[in-house]
Amino acid sequence: MLDQANEATLLDIRGVCRSFPKGSGEDLLVLEKVDLTIHSGEIVGLLGRSGSGKSTLLRIIAGLITPSSGDAKCRGEAIDGPPNGVSMVFQSFALFPWLTVLQNVELGLEALGIDKGERRTRALAAIDLIGLDGFESAYPKELSGGMRQRVGFARALVVHPDLLLMDEPFSALDVLTAETLRTDLIDLWVEGRLPIKSVLMVTHNIEEAVLMCDRILVFSSNPGRVAAEIKVDLPHPRNRLDPTFRLLVDSIYARMTQRSETPTPAIEGIQGSGVGMVLNHVSSNVLSGLIERLAAAPYNGHADLPVLAGHLQLEADEIFHLGEALQLLRFAHLSEGDLMLTEPGKRFAHLETDERKKLFAEHVISYVPVMGLIRRVLDERPSHTAPAARFRNELEDYMSEDYADETLKTAVSWGRYAELFAYDEQAEMFSLENPH
Amino acid sequence: MAIQHTRPAALGQALRPNIWDLVALILVIGALVLIVYGGEQTAGPLSALDVAPVSLDPTNLPFYALRTTMRMLLAIVCSIIFTFIYAALAAKSRRAEMVLIPLLDILQSVPILGFLTFTVVFFMNLFPGRVFGAELACVFAIFTSQAWNMTFSMYQSMRNVPKDLEEASQSFHLSGWQRFWRLDVPFAMPGLIWNTMMSMSGGWFFVVASEAITVGDTTVTLPGIGSYVALAIKEQNLPAIGYAILAMFLVILAYDQLLFRPVVAWADKFRFEQTASATEPSSWMLDLFRRTRALRALSYPFTALNKAVSNLHIALPKNLRVSTRRGPPSRIADALWLGLIVAGTAFAAWKVYEYLSATLSVSDVFSAVGYGFITLARVVVLIALASLIWVPVGVWIGLRPKLSERIQPLAQFLAAFPANLAFPVFVVLIVRYGLNANVWLSPLMILGTQWYILFNVIAGASAFPSDLKEAASSFHLKGWRWWTKVILPGIFPYYITGAITASGGSWNASIVAEVASWGDTHLTATGLGAYIATATEAGDFPRVVLGIAIMCILVTLFNRLLWRPLYAFGERRLRLG
Repeated sequence: MLDQANEATLLDIRGVCRSFPKGSGEDLLVLEKVDLTIHSGEIVGLLGRSGSGKSTLLRIIAGLITPSSGDAKCRGEAIDGPPNGVSMVFQSFALFPWLTVLQNVELGLEALGIDKGERRTRALAAIDLIGLDGFESAYPKELSGGMRQRVGFARALVVHPDLLLMDEPFSALDVLTAETLRTDLIDLWVEGRLPIKSVLMVTHNIEEAVLMCDRILVFSSNPGRVAAEIKVDLPHPRNRLDPTFRLLVDSIYARMTQRSETPTPAIEGIQGSGVGMVLNHVSSNVLSGLIERLAAAPYNGHADLPVLAGHLQLEADEIFHLGEALQLLRFAHLSEGDLMLTEPGKRFAHLETDERKKLFAEHVISYVPVMGLIRRVLDERPSHTAPAARFRNELEDYMSEDYADETLKTAVSWGRYAELFAYDEQAEMFSLENPH
Repeated sequence: MAIQHTRPAALGQALRPNIWDLVALILVIGALVLIVYGGEQTAGPLSALDVAPVSLDPTNLPFYALRTTMRMLLAIVCSIIFTFIYAALAAKSRRAEMVLIPLLDILQSVPILGFLTFTVVFFMNLFPGRVFGAELACVFAIFTSQAWNMTFSMYQSMRNVPKDLEEASQSFHLSGWQRFWRLDVPFAMPGLIWNTMMSMSGGWFFVVASEAITVGDTTVTLPGIGSYVALAIKEQNLPAIGYAILAMFLVILAYDQLLFRPVVAWADKFRFEQTASATEPSSWMLDLFRRTRALRALSYPFTALNKAVSNLHIALPKNLRVSTRRGPPSRIADALWLGLIVAGTAFAAWKVYEYLSATLSVSDVFSAVGYGFITLARVVVLIALASLIWVPVGVWIGLRPKLSERIQPLAQFLAAFPANLAFPVFVVLIVRYGLNANVWLSPLMILGTQWYILFNVIAGASAFPSDLKEAASSFHLKGWRWWTKVILPGIFPYYITGAITASGGSWNASIVAEVASWGDTHLTATGLGAYIATATEAGDFPRVVLGIAIMCILVTLFNRLLWRPLYAFGERRLRLG
């Protein structure tokens, strides 16, 4: 199936951009000039950090949202609403809890107006194919996560789509279940038993992308665009321990960390005071734990990210978040897929709680602009208090409301740990008072 | 909707009847016969009511109870239809939402018995000289007591449909109509059913109150439990009131067992959660129907019809469709729409002013506001007193699972029982002992609504996590500290829910509770309720409008300034789990 000569173009995306309205009135660009072509007979992966717009692109292809500009064509026709011949598997499964497995699977066929007899035959065939035999009359809440996602697959496959879209289909499952489902799916694909021509999957799991895809598009963040296209020529079934496999994973890790030498500003060009930097919430406990782990053997201050992620059982996306937070605070340095502790980072690892807080406070004030801003405003005001809205509004000039919330939440949590300021959640007020 | 979705795969064996079929069949046929019999009576001319007036013979009570029940049924059907249409409009059209939701909010705080004054006149004029007009007025009164909160619940559910399910139904090409029946309605079902039950509980009060009503020269006495009691009051017949209470008791019990429990047990599958619940609601009635074979086969046509209806390819008007492709909303159209609303409102305000100023002066407004504050004081004091009594009792019961299992249905039952049936008993006592009407009529306002506080507190206390209980006792928290630091914050959100319902109900009840009579003795307490009631009896429409407007404003302010902030606080800070 992979080597089929039939290279019919299923999907053609040209220069697609998408922006969302932002608090301050201007629009926030999440996808910039994306090109993507999908031919018959391939599995294509969209790999990127959360917020890189890959899910947005998937939803544009699914006809659930419209591009702000650019052309999106499916089977030669412009996409206007969910196109025929495309179906989708959701991260959260999106099963209707009041319908049985069979009814859930039949739903898509019913909407197409297919008559009852054929509906039943096709639904049962899909259920059979995906390994759900015997569960036809169960309700989703009676099933385990893996079984639920199998229903999700059966429901998508039963309409015999040309293109199957998958939105992080395995990320809500535990490690073992996810692996079983992946291999089952790949087996069916290789044997040519899936009634589909191509697959487009979104993932932030690097190994998953290398394991399943024939072609990987790596997305960069803010705004999302295709940073690289990687062909994976390994034959199925692929072995995670195969040196070529490892090499590919390592090189993708390196490529994805390369771009985050400097923490990404929300909008390019407006670095200004640096207040517009999006902070991802990482608990100070996790940061301390990670620094301690890095400082100790076997890493001794220097870790290979894929290895570290494996040991800590973290997804690539999570380990990137942590690494970037440490880099932002100058406790570690992130490059080429490696994470190295800096001098202050090594010092931090051996300090007692109170000294750690002091060091953290120094770094957070100097290197995180929004923290400096909050502290400065509180110091300057005679009342030493300031409403959260004061900072939220300023942040929303640079980023969307959700990111502003997340950034503010991080600022509060870090500020509390560093004992820089207090925050009253009820009144939404920052202040310098700390209860003694 | 059919009672359950069965699969024709089981059809072959399903056709052989079993013993349960016989039982269920009798129940179904019985219900049909009763509905037809009751329905025939409503078609007669109004004079038929004079020919066969309500009599106090207790053998008539089953018939009266049937009539009362049918009014309830009809009203609930109307409410459900109204809910579907109104909520769908409000949830799918942004411009409709701008008008419909505030309107609903106000309608919720309008005293229902105040409505009755106008609707009786309206419907009697619509069907002059027919019983049907009076029946409709009564049904409409019940409808107004039920529809608003059901609609709100449906609207909120429709706005909160999970994003992924919405995307799934879109991506599988479900039409707007299919989506409504496959996604919106099932998702809204649990909330809707709970609110329907609450509405029914409230509805009994109003059906009883609206069966015997006098507006100016028009007196309507529809055969039913309410008019039976009204007659008993006039003839000072205490045993008759006892019979009426007993009949009502049986009717509510039957309603609960035969209708609501099955529906609640059936609707359990619509609860939106991905894990199976520990305790599933059960109903002997539903089990009975599920065990029947032939009757279940009878339900296939309904299932098929349901499927057929929900699969119809009905194209909804373009602006009602859920569209992602909608560009930024047109500012000009918005401005026009807003202008239209403002103009309409201004015109209405002018008309109301014109109507009221013709007969009323500013001093009338002041006196009505004064009465309003007296009633407000009554409501506040009564809620406080009821809380002082029922919160400790509810906590005590709720912490004992065995006990609360038994008391909870009783408390819910008491909340459903129309307290106005029991008013005469209290009035007799007040008259006999010569008590002050201003003080002693007040408790009647909360007689029926206090149970909402009780059963919500019981629910809160039984849901209180046992690890917190254990933590409290291991830290030796006792006495006052235990109450203020542990249990009161724990049950707060539940208590507020109960108190909001109780206070809303008390405002409504004030119209019947502040005036009471026993034979020729009339007791009147000073207050807005009495003001509206007296104006209604005199057919003084401007004063009724004024009284309703004042009550509406007071209730809305009371809700906005006290209950909503408290509710938000409870949900934000004190909601456990």
